[in-house]
This record gives sequence, structure tokens and C-alpha cells, in this order.
Amino acid sequence: MKHPGARRWFLVAVVASLGLGWAQDRLDPYFVDILTRIGINVILAVSLNLINGHAGQFSLGHAGFMGVGAYTAAALTLFAGPKLLPVGAGFWLQSAWFLVALLGAGLMAALAGLLVGAPSLRLKGDYLAIVTLGFGQIIAVIFRNIEWLGGALGLNGIPARTNLFWAFSAAALTIYVVTALVNSTYGRGFLATHDDEVAAESMGMNTTRYKIVAFVVGSFFAGIAGALSGHFTLTINPKGFDFNRSIEIVVMVIVGGMGRTVGVIIAAALLTLLPEGLRMLSGMSPSLKWVGESRPLLYALLLIALMLLRPQGLFTWKRKKAATA
Amino acid sequence: MNLPTAVRRRIFLGVAVAALVAAGCKPTGGGAGTGTDIPVGEFASLTGSEAAFGRTSHNGTLLAVDQINAAGGLLGKQVKLITEDNQSKDGESATAVKKLISRDQVVAILGEVASGRSLEAAPICQQYQVPQISPSSTNPKVTQMGDYIFRVCFIDPFQGTVMAKFAQKTLKAKKVAVLTDVGAPYSVGLGTYFKERFQADGGTIVAEQKFTKDDKDFKAQLTAIKGTAPDAIFVPAYYGQVTLIVLQARELGITVPLFGGDGWEAPELLQGSGAAEALEGCYFSTHFSPDQDSPRAKDFVKQYEAKFGARPDAMAALGYDSMLLLADAIKRAGSAEPAKIRPMLAATKDFDGVTGRMTLDKDRNAEKSAVIIGIKGGKFVYSETVSP
Repeated sequence: MKHPGARRWFLVAVVASLGLGWAQDRLDPYFVDILTRIGINVILAVSLNLINGHAGQFSLGHAGFMGVGAYTAAALTLFAGPKLLPVGAGFWLQSAWFLVALLGAGLMAALAGLLVGAPSLRLKGDYLAIVTLGFGQIIAVIFRNIEWLGGALGLNGIPARTNLFWAFSAAALTIYVVTALVNSTYGRGFLATHDDEVAAESMGMNTTRYKIVAFVVGSFFAGIAGALSGHFTLTINPKGFDFNRSIEIVVMVIVGGMGRTVGVIIAAALLTLLPEGLRMLSGMSPSLKWVGESRPLLYALLLIALMLLRPQGLFTWKRKKAATA
Repeated sequence: MNLPTAVRRRIFLGVAVAALVAAGCKPTGGGAGTGTDIPVGEFASLTGSEAAFGRTSHNGTLLAVDQINAAGGLLGKQVKLITEDNQSKDGESATAVKKLISRDQVVAILGEVASGRSLEAAPICQQYQVPQISPSSTNPKVTQMGDYIFRVCFIDPFQGTVMAKFAQKTLKAKKVAVLTDVGAPYSVGLGTYFKERFQADGGTIVAEQKFTKDDKDFKAQLTAIKGTAPDAIFVPAYYGQVTLIVLQARELGITVPLFGGDGWEAPELLQGSGAAEALEGCYFSTHFSPDQDSPRAKDFVKQYEAKFGARPDAMAALGYDSMLLLADAIKRAGSAEPAKIRPMLAATKDFDGVTGRMTLDKDRNAEKSAVIIGIKGGKFVYSETVSP
């Protein structure tokens, strides 16, 4: 472990999220809503960053894996839960079952990641992007046509299990695992694959394996994020996991700076806050009403301006250090 | 200032956390309805893929608010409508509704057109016990989310029944083919209800074909349908695809009428070259027609045209009715407290809206009549009213 502080940070974060989860009922629900979404988006962005940033692949299907997780977890709590748990199961039993659902969601998504990744990661360059794009579409079509998963209407009445504790401790775990993995001896392989695949292969490295590991780990956390998101909005449908959602996550990674975990975390938080900030701004006075109406336009304009001014990403402080490390 | 990066980052973190905590404290004071106005929340798809529906529905609601305020408001207070856009996106409505409830302390929530997004808001309104009135979500599941969820439109089983009766009585159809959009819950639901009723009444469904939202070419499905020689084709889809489907059906030489539900109703249906001719003799069921022969409807059409310079459609009329229904309940409750509005909404009987006289049943759905509109000479023409 090259970063002895990492584990301490992880524990601090888990304790802090416990505190937040406890205080949740005393906070403004709108604020809790935004915080929870930040937590979920951080998980998505950091896990995608492992694939797109650190390992240098290009996945456009992250929302698809999220969907696999969301449906798995919802099926576990909605259908399997009532059958397996005793009637009137208490808070702790419910929470334990939710943990099982989260892990199940992660594992199913990881399995999907393996199935998609194993054949396609032998490809180089842009081909993976196309394969993952196709995967995202297939997932949506499959869910839409499975009757007992609700078809196009999706699943409703999912129990509200996600709170700030789950969202933030899962985010902390994602950050911890991804950083620990990348900074380990094994993780250097990701960077080598990213920097120069041919050179890495000529050194005897099995780059395909590194890519698959990055892909499977990334998908695992996407699945967990999906499970959290389903038990947070309480309703899921295939449309919520389409191509647009994938793009949103890719944008977070690019804005934060590919391969910069801290930058990606901040970008995920900022891009979740931005639309809400614009919403607030438009509510302040009638003369600012146009801000609310042109939210999608302003969001797009900000992205264009950002890419023109800082193509390397907004938050790339440690660039030099990382290069010499 | 030349602080080391680590220190600077810690200060930044500290400030950020402090700001978050400050922002997160529950807003105090100004309980619901105690101020000088009555805040009513609305979430709508003002931009994005269903904006055509969201906009007119919002306009209808706006008109109702203006009329109420011009007539002196409710309980001596002005109604303040606070609208949030969800960009027709999934996941946005929940946040918007939480904002309306916790920040703006609204006494009730109006919205939405699409059933999927109404379903997103419903558990939240139920949890915080704020009444939600959906103007035009026709899927039965919406009001099943709890006793705080209402609607002013009829539901899909009723619409399916109406169209099954219409197909048999007016179109004299014995064999009908059904073409549904599996990507839209609305379409699947309406198709199923139609089928059940039509078969129960002795009709035959000769073909069931499916497509998905983004399809542009329907020739494969239409060719299969043509082979079964139906008397009519039921297409419960949204206007965007309907135009394409009808054009391609005519191209393949299918001459029988096509008919559908309220998803057809948008001026866009008749736009595009040849669309008006192809749709001649087709029908759809909906909630309201501006040609309806009732003084209430005529007055609404006049006022709407004066304010927005366009003829109102069913979504506008339902948006208008949703606000009036709420106003009616607030008046009868004599209070703008959500807990007092709810029982009054549930007790609504023979409420006289522009979309017809309605009574809310025990499942909080409106019992009311449907209107059938035909397409003649490139125009929507009122055909008949079907009562439940």
C-alpha cells in the first residue's frame, strides 16, 4: 500500500456517512435528494474513470451496467425479499437484505461486464466504444420486453432503502478500491496499458487481462450505483438507463480529467449541482426566469466553453506528480 | 496568498462543507398556506421529447391560475404557481417535486402528462402527504401509489373500452389488427385493454404487431397486418410515429381506417407531406375537443385563444381542469392545508370542468365521458361523445 492515508480516509468517510445517514431526517429533503444523487454519480464517474481514464479504454455503456444492477437489486428487494424475510422484519434485517441486494447487483453487473468485456476487449481503440454502445441498447430492449420486470413501465413501488449512509459509504468504497487498485503494483499495468499498449505487450504483459479486470471492477460499482439509484427514485424503467445516461457519466469523467480521481469526484458533484443551481437562479426573480427555461442550452454551452478552455479537464492539479510517480 | 497546495485544499474543503451544512438546514417559518399567497407546485415537461404536450398542459394551468387570481383568488389569497421543468427526462421529476415541497412549501402538486414521470413523483407526494393531481396520465398505476394521488383524466381501461365499442358500432369492424409501441407503457396498456374488451364483445384480433419508440420504418409490421385483411387497425401510439405509420400503410395499399387514443392528438399529427390526406377517415379518442358543443368549453376556447393565440388541445383543457379541481377543493375545505385539501378532493362529485362533468371514484380516478375526433379535410373534427 503506497498510500497509508487512504485506509484512514476511507474509514473517516464511512463514519461521516453514518453520521449523515443518522441526521438525514433532520435535513431538508431537497438537499438530501441532491446529496444522494451526488453520491450515486460519484460512484458512477469514479468507476467509469477506472475504465476510460486509468485503463485508457472507451466505454459508452456504463448506464447499461447500472441498469443490470438496478433491476437485480429491485428484483431482490421486491420479489425475493418478502418471500425470504420473516413477516415484519425489523430495520436491521431489512438493511442486511439491502446489503445483499447491493452485492447481488454489483455481481450481476460484473458478470455482464465480463460477458461483454471478454470478447470485445481483445479489440483495440474505438471498437470497444461501439460494442459497449450496442450493449447499452440491448439491455434497454431486453428490460423493455420482459413482462415480469414491468416492460416499458418498469418496476414501481421499490422500497426506499437508499439513504445518505448507503450512498456515501458506497462512494467511499468505490473511491478507495479504485485508488488502491490503481496505485498498487498490479495497477501499474492499467497505466501501462493506457500509455502504450504495444510497448506493454512487448514487455510481456497480458493487456487484455488488465482491460478485463478494469472493466469488470468498473461494472461492479456501476451495478451498485444502479441499485442505490433504484431504491432512491423508487421506480425504474428501461429509459433511465439509456445512451443519454451513459453520456452524462462520460461527460463527468472528461470534465474532471481522464484518470484524475479527485477531479472526477468534483466534476460528478458539480455537474449534479449545476442544473439545480440554474433552477435556483431562475427561481430568484422573474427577470431570471429564462435561465430555467434554457437550462439544457446553458448546460451544453458550459460544456463547450469548458472543453475549449480546458480540454485536459477542469481539475488536473496533480498532473506533474502523477507523471513522475 | 502562497499557501501550500495541501493547506489550500483543506481550506477549500472546510468552506465547502460549511456551505453545504448551511444550505442543508431545514428552512424555517412560513408554513404551508400561512403567507399572503397560496403556493401551488407544478412539474412539467416544458423541454425535451414530450414538450408539445407539456407546454399546452402548462398553458392551460396558467390560464386557470390567471382567472382565479383575477376573480379575487382563493380564500382571499392569490394563487402562486411555481413551475419546474423536468426536461422530459427520467430522474428529474423526483428532485423537482422534493424542491417544490420542501423549499417552496406548496400546498399541492400538479403534474404530469406522461405516466412514467407521474409515477416518479407519486411516492414522494404520498410520503410528504401533499396532494398530487395528474392532468393527463392515463395509466391506472399512477393513482394506485397512494391516497394523496388524484387525476382529472379517464384511465386507459376506459379509453380501451370506448375504442372497442366505437370500432364495433361506428366503424362496423369485426376483424381488427393492433400495432403497439412496446417502448411506451401507455401504448402497451391501451392496446391490451382494447384487445380484452373487443374480444369480449365478440370481435377478432387478427394481428398483433409491435414496434419501438425510435423506429422509422413500419413496413414489415404493416405488410404482415395487410396479409390478415383487417377491417380497421388500432394504433395506440404517440403522434410522432402515427403519422409515419399511416403514410407507410397507405403506401402499401392499406385503405382501411386506422384509429387510436389520446396520444394522437397534436397539431404535428397532420404535418408532413401527404399526412393530412393519408389520415382522412381515421379516428382517435381523447378528453376534449374545441368544437364540443358546450358553453363551458366554448368560453374556455375563447379565453385560451385570446391569451396564447392558438387553439387549445386536450392537454391544455386537462391542465386547466387540474387547477380548477384543486381550487374547488380548497374552497370547499376553507383551508389551504394539504391534509384538509385531500379529503375534499376525494369527495369531488359532479365537478363541472371544461373536459366534462366528473366525479372522482374511490380509486381517485375521474369518471367522465370521452370524445371521439375524426380527421376530415385535413382537420380534427368532433365526431361523438361516449359516456362511461
